[in-house]
This record gives sequence, C-alpha cells and structure tokens, in this order.
Amino acid sequence: MLVSNIKSRPVYGGLKVDDAARRHLVAAEGEGALAVLAAFAGRAEATARATVLYAPGGSAGEDHAAKLAALGLDDLFVMPSQATLITRLNVILATATMGTRLYAAGVEGFIGSVVAAGMAHGVDQASIRTEHRGSLARRVQCVHCKGMTENVTVSPVVCSHCGIQLLVRDHFSRRLGAFQGVSVNAETPGEIPPAEELYA
Amino acid sequence: MTIQFKNETFRDDFTFSNSPEAIRRFPFPFDKDQYMYAVNIEQHMPGPAKSATEFPIDIDEHYVSEMRDRALVLKADPLRCQSLPHMITAEWDLVELLMESMAKHYPEHFTLTRDGDRWHWINRPLEIDQTFTFGDAATLPCPPMEYVTRQCQGDFCLLDQRNDNLWMDAGIVTTQADWSLDFDMGMNFMEWHGPVPLAHDMGVFDRALKFLLNLQQGRPVRRLNWTMTVNPRLDTSPENYHKWGIDRTTVTPENVGNKVHLRVELQALWRLPRSNAIVFSIRCYLIKMEELVTIPKWGRRLHRVLRDLPPELVDYKGLTRFRDTTVDYLARHDDGAPTSPGFFPD
Repeated sequence: MLVSNIKSRPVYGGLKVDDAARRHLVAAEGEGALAVLAAFAGRAEATARATVLYAPGGSAGEDHAAKLAALGLDDLFVMPSQATLITRLNVILATATMGTRLYAAGVEGFIGSVVAAGMAHGVDQASIRTEHRGSLARRVQCVHCKGMTENVTVSPVVCSHCGIQLLVRDHFSRRLGAFQGVSVNAETPGEIPPAEELYA
Repeated sequence: MTIQFKNETFRDDFTFSNSPEAIRRFPFPFDKDQYMYAVNIEQHMPGPAKSATEFPIDIDEHYVSEMRDRALVLKADPLRCQSLPHMITAEWDLVELLMESMAKHYPEHFTLTRDGDRWHWINRPLEIDQTFTFGDAATLPCPPMEYVTRQCQGDFCLLDQRNDNLWMDAGIVTTQADWSLDFDMGMNFMEWHGPVPLAHDMGVFDRALKFLLNLQQGRPVRRLNWTMTVNPRLDTSPENYHKWGIDRTTVTPENVGNKVHLRVELQALWRLPRSNAIVFSIRCYLIKMEELVTIPKWGRRLHRVLRDLPPELVDYKGLTRFRDTTVDYLARHDDGAPTSPGFFPD
C-alpha cells in the first residue's frame, strides 16, 4: 500500500466488497484488475450484481481482462483508455440507483478521476472504496495553465501544455485527482534544476 | 467618520502606501520578540477605537483601490471565485452578514434597507444602488457571494460542516499568500493545511479544528497570520507565481525600505445562521518596512522576530532571498532597548 506523510494525500483503504450493496460499480485500470480479482473471486452473490469497467492500459499484455471475464460478472466493459472508461462511468452513474457502491482500483491519478466523477454525481467521496495498484507515478496539475500532465515520475517536470518547468509539490487534490505543480525557476529564470526520479 | 479613499495600485507601478493614520491602525501581529506557531484564536470582540478590529468588518482607505484590483484579478482568472451548488444558502448568509455589518458601522458609505425579502443596498464609494430579492439569485447581476465580496475587502471562504470536518466548498480568493482556491476547492481542513510545515506535528490543526467545529452563532473568532511580500502586490497567487516570483530577487539595501512589506492576515470566522456553514475571512494588510519603523517598538520587534525565525518558516513563507537584507535594514532601527508586551504602539 502507498504510504505517505502528505496530509492531503488520500488513504486508500483497499477494495472490500460491501455485502449490503445492491449494485457494485467497479472502475479499474492496469494492475487494479488484481485488486478486483482478489476482492470478488469466489463471491458469486456479489459478482452477479457487479458492473466492472476496466482499462488495461500498461497491463494489456497480462490478460487481466480475461480473468475478469471469468469471474461471472453481470457486466464487464473493457475500455480502450482511462478517458473512455470515465465517459462510460459517467453514463452509468447518471442512471445509478440507491444502493450502488462505487469502487476504484489502479494508479493514483485514475482513482482520483473515478472519485471526481463520483463526487460530480453526488457520491460522498468517503463512501468510495479504493485500492492503489501499479506505478507510483503522479498526475500533476500545472497551477499556472491548469493543464494535467499524466504519469509524472520526476520533479521538476515540464508541463505538457504550457511548457513551464514544474516543481511537483506534496499537495494533492481529490477533486482534481492530481498533485500541484508550481514553477520551479520563477525566481531564477533560465536555471533548471536536474530532474530527480522520485515516484517511479 | 468619513474615510478618504485613496486612488492607488497593487500592480505595475505599485503606488500603494499607508497614510500615518493607517500605519497607527496596522494590525501588527507580534506581541513579543519571537514567533512560533500557535492556535492564537481569540473572540472577535471590538478592539480599540480606530483599530482594524474596532468593527467586525473593517473598511479602510484602501477599499476602492482594492476592489478595483479584485475586479482585474477576476477578469483575468474567473476560477478565483468558485462555489459548489450546495453552498447557495451559505452565499446568502454571507450577503446578510457583510451588508448588515458594513451598513451598521459605516452608515455614511453604505445603506441597507430591508422590507421582508425586498432589500435595497446602496454602496456610495463604488456608486452602486441595487434592489434585489433576498434568496433569489436571479435578482442580482452575479451570484450572491461574488456580488457582495466584490464590494468587501478581504478574501472569503465558505466552509461546509459535515462528517466532523470543515470543507472548503466556496470562496473568492484574490489577495492570497500563495495558495490556490481552485486547487484546494472541496478539501477538508486537514487537507488544505497539508503543506504547512511543523504545525501538524504540534497538533495545532487538530486543536483548531475541534474548536471551530463548535463555533457558535453570534460569537465570531479571529486570529492573525503573517508573511512578507516584495512590492505591495495583493495577488501573490500560485497561479501567477511565474510572473511575480522574480520580484523576490529585486531587493537591495537601497530599496528594501520601500519594497519589502509585512503582510498581515486578519482571519475571522463566523457561524452562519441558515446554512450552519462557517465564513472564513482573510483580510490582507500591507505595510512597507519604512512605514513600519516609524513605530519604534515595531521596528525593534520585527528585527528580532525575523532574525530568530526558524529556518523551516523562512522557507515556507518564501523569505529566503530577502530575509538577510531586511534584517540588516531593521537592525539599524533596533537600539536593543526592551519592548513593551502586547501588539500596540507605545
């Protein structure tokens, strides 16, 4: 599990099946499939009421999707990307009924996106069950242009939108599902500190 | 008493300055010769006449120019004002709190007439005359929180209370000391204070949160916070840090007295009656070093505070590049004489 002394960073409590839920709505990406398998395998009562959305991403070669399909889920959507998964998730959330429990598993930026989608549909963020799996790469929001840079493993990092060299601060927004990036050389123009590998 | 409003700028040519009266009423934040974090919350009771805490909402000579600066910030970056949909009742609570207080304590400048839900608001310094229906946002030219805070000095956050925590679910923030409302929106009390060093381990935030969750209606509280800013710039936002950060490298022994400012936040918190939310107001006061040393006690004391500040705080407050130059300047105004206890000038 991801351990951090960053106060604003969420604690991911793990993917525990809520037996009282009428519908399990599960979003997973990459290695997050392993968390779904661990939680739902052998739970026929739960899988019969489960909708799983899965984006294989970097784990495409691992065949996790086939293992998920073998769970006997009520519904499994294998999506080509995180973005299309979130689009589908929003559609499902828009018609979700009382008793739906939302779950998210995968890298931190993905969990943040799922939580943000849930919150936008009135789901209390504290009720969402989450498990971190896979890379420690961060999703970073540039505080200057508000653009998101994905899969950040070094600091400073170049904003993929405005090109400013960003120091990745240890400050995380659940609403945005991202860490904050702030200009690293505003006080020393032209100087670029060497990038340090921090969160691989 | 009529306030003479100044015409001045907080950007570009930086014509901001304090009159001698404004210097005397500056909310100097150090009651002794050293500084460390403390919860330092007290009842928001009326302070001495003419002081910054004489009235719950303080309007001063910078009012008109500060409101002009706020409008410029919002025009360039509308994300400085945000409100989640469930905060609309708290927005109206804020309209009532600010209009009532401003009209009561500054009747020569502001007038509020209430006839049931039909309200009539007159703001003479900004030449506004508005009739509206309280509770009906369609009767104002913009949403209620934005409407009233475009006419009141200070940043304002509206904190929702649920799950034994406070949540930053609305706010207007244009005069901030390097924090982003857009980034912190929706965070709880512990989360938005995440980047503050030392204080978490001291238990400061646990105690402060416990205190605030029990805040009672009609019993507002306040505290002072401080940092230092190069040039009298209100908008020291992270959003624009790539533009203003360079200012910190421009301090020299020749210009330090005019360029370096003590920046004090008078933070106050009120429980709101309809929404049970909390208003968190952050009112920024700026004073140049050369203005500050006209009060001998403050010159001596700030020299000692700044000289002995823990290194983590020097970094966190962004003082690293100009602290030494400022300490050297203030040293010339510190004869080593003892200072009297308390905040106020001798």
